[in-house]
Amino acid sequence: MGIVFGTVIGVLPGLGGPNGVALLLPITFSMEPTSAIIFVSCIYWGALFGGAITSILFNIPGESWSVATTFDGHPMARDGEAGKALTTAFTSSFVGALMAVAMITFFASFLADVATKFGPPEIFAIQLLTFASIIGLGGSNAFKSLASALIGFGLAAVGIDIVTGEFRLTFGTLELARGFNFIVAVIGLFGIGDILVSVEEGLRFIGVARARVRLREVFSTWRELLGHWRVFLFGSFVGFWMGFKPGGATAASFMAYGFARRFSKNPERMGKGAIEGIIAPESAAHSAGVSALLPMLVLGIPGSATAAVILGGLLIWGLQPGPLLFTEKPEFVWGLIASMYSGNVIGVVIVLTCVPLFAAILRIPFAILTPLIVVICIIGAYAPSSSMVDVWYMLGFGFVGYIFKRLDYPLAPMVLALVLGDMAETALRQSLIMSRGSVAIFFDRPISGTIMVAAIALFLLPAIGMIRRRIGRGSPAGPAIPRGD
Amino acid sequence: MVSDVSKHVSRTTVVIIALVLSIVAAPSRDAAAWEPRNPVEFVVPAGTGGGSDVLARFLVSIIDKHKLSPKPLVVVNKPGGGGAEALLYTKEKKEDPHTIMITPNLLFVTPLHTGIPFSWKDLTPISLLAEDLFILWVNAESPYMTAKQYLDAVKAKPLGFKMGGTAQEDQVVTHLLESAVGGLQFNYVPFKGGGEVCVNLVGKHVDSTVNNPSECVSHWKAGKVRPLAVLDRERATWVEGQWKDIPTTKEALGADIQYLMLRAIFGAPGMKKDVVEFYTGLMKKVHATPEFQKYLADNALKGSFVTGAEFVSKLDAADKQHVEVMTKHGMVKKK
Repeated sequence: MGIVFGTVIGVLPGLGGPNGVALLLPITFSMEPTSAIIFVSCIYWGALFGGAITSILFNIPGESWSVATTFDGHPMARDGEAGKALTTAFTSSFVGALMAVAMITFFASFLADVATKFGPPEIFAIQLLTFASIIGLGGSNAFKSLASALIGFGLAAVGIDIVTGEFRLTFGTLELARGFNFIVAVIGLFGIGDILVSVEEGLRFIGVARARVRLREVFSTWRELLGHWRVFLFGSFVGFWMGFKPGGATAASFMAYGFARRFSKNPERMGKGAIEGIIAPESAAHSAGVSALLPMLVLGIPGSATAAVILGGLLIWGLQPGPLLFTEKPEFVWGLIASMYSGNVIGVVIVLTCVPLFAAILRIPFAILTPLIVVICIIGAYAPSSSMVDVWYMLGFGFVGYIFKRLDYPLAPMVLALVLGDMAETALRQSLIMSRGSVAIFFDRPISGTIMVAAIALFLLPAIGMIRRRIGRGSPAGPAIPRGD
Repeated sequence: MVSDVSKHVSRTTVVIIALVLSIVAAPSRDAAAWEPRNPVEFVVPAGTGGGSDVLARFLVSIIDKHKLSPKPLVVVNKPGGGGAEALLYTKEKKEDPHTIMITPNLLFVTPLHTGIPFSWKDLTPISLLAEDLFILWVNAESPYMTAKQYLDAVKAKPLGFKMGGTAQEDQVVTHLLESAVGGLQFNYVPFKGGGEVCVNLVGKHVDSTVNNPSECVSHWKAGKVRPLAVLDRERATWVEGQWKDIPTTKEALGADIQYLMLRAIFGAPGMKKDVVEFYTGLMKKVHATPEFQKYLADNALKGSFVTGAEFVSKLDAADKQHVEVMTKHGMVKKK
């Protein structure tokens, strides 16, 4: 039952996990703690599964970690392969989550120790690695990607400065003081931006008539997925390690996508409906979603907003999260872990049987579907902080998204900068306060040093490759000439 | 069209006022028994998962579980601008009987620091649910067994020790400690939340923190962190367990410090007397539940329920303390 609720909630963008769990939490107070947490974690899984649906069908990410799924998921749906895309997404989520649960089962206490080793310098190094892995994601034009990322950073800086507590870039208005909600921006950029483009193209929703809706497709997709086991493994692994920290799932999905693209046999397919482009971010996001629960249980700090709401629930059930939870309430902890396994299995069965149903949504004529999507977008923008201003922001971002698409600027770098910019900045400045201004802090700590080197290497790789190609062709390494459209 | 709407609105308002009047005026068996007719907005000046948010959701779940209110309380998160968004949002809700807010000390810190047009006097004080202690913590593996040993080391190396804390609020506490002891300066590192601060202490990314008990208690039980002193005039003798063994700053350092985190409930500006009475009664009932009492004990909160004039005088005193410390350390935004 939890999963059914959860999927419904996950489908509505913006309403998402935290609010869904918060809404349903009161139901659990009459239950035993163990059955209550099972119920809640089922909602959690449901929401995780549900997030992918709108990303693929309408290009509206239901959750911030579903953004990377839209890159390939939506093009696939447009090509009439919505069923295949959904099956891939659900299966990847399932595999990612299952692998993360398995890792938790065996290494929980060890992993808690590792989590405390990550201070601000390490967090900054990880953010940098994420950026490095995604660099060049925008396609051919590096300058357009850079411009897009810089706009994202600029937008992320709006609001309150955590280090000094000052307002920045608010132009004296309070409405800007709270900054831009990420999900609001994303719904606008992708959802509304996409609709504006389609409207201009003459009210056609490409591939509608060809959306196939057979259950048999699930099995044929599975056969194809077997060939991509490396992507599954890699996505789950990245996700699991990234999930410890707040915002981890989103960063993980981008990072996995970036790596999948880099190591793909045919990278030019990525972004146009490649199956790896769905596997990587989905398995990473769900693996991260699972590991986000771990710091909540063993350290008392939630790795995600949804975990935070569950944390509130733990208190009313009389449980004190922290390092001793595993020894004091083993039946609770193992009950939760068992529910992660079973919840996942039930969840994937439910969502997979619904694949034809979801895919059939695309058969609705565009003239009816569009207003519906707009309504979903508005609800999604309004819900997180019950604010009408956010709806206007969302529409504004929609227009920005439209302009970006028209001018062929990539959206991904901007979105990534918007979601990670704030966190990266905070970690950078905290680190520099700690070291009192010395950049050496990033390199003389073993964990952050290693990650930093990896990140810098990743930044340099494409540049080196480009130079070598130029030399090989005998042409001088001049400034990169942007390819015309 | 516009005039139509406004006419309609004004008529609705008239009907509502009439209803309110009739309810208020109607002589019923228990006089002055106002009750909410709509869901109540419970404003939280922090994001999902912050300390205030967890407490607010906890209160709401107690109210739901014991069916203490005829209409539900709905948590509304307004995290923007260090709580500024929530403060101004609630201030806008003049005489709205269906808006209340929970707030920690950012009630004082944020307006002073950002210069937003807000004072706690704009709102209607309802009650104080608890006061949270501040404790000076170090990592359990550090060599400092007493506050004196630690602060002597800090004195010897100005800015050489990292004090972690939540945004600007704990910076006030750090400055308070610095001025009370004298001759020392911390390198203050701000974080976004108290739980994160304590984990950074466990991971030795900072040297000390001034966390509330709830943020560090589980790590203390696990033997990862060590409390050195309570920033209060009395020891935490009201709770069971080891809390009462932590010395006060007066005992440990000879420095007279008292700084407490208010966990206070406020109503929208100009809230009517009978409405205030309803919420006061509601919070009093919540306070008396076994769940809330357990929460107080687990987290070593000072749990006396304070309301009315006593509450206002506490607010006054806390306000003065903040103005003093923040002015001295240049944290007040010049207008």
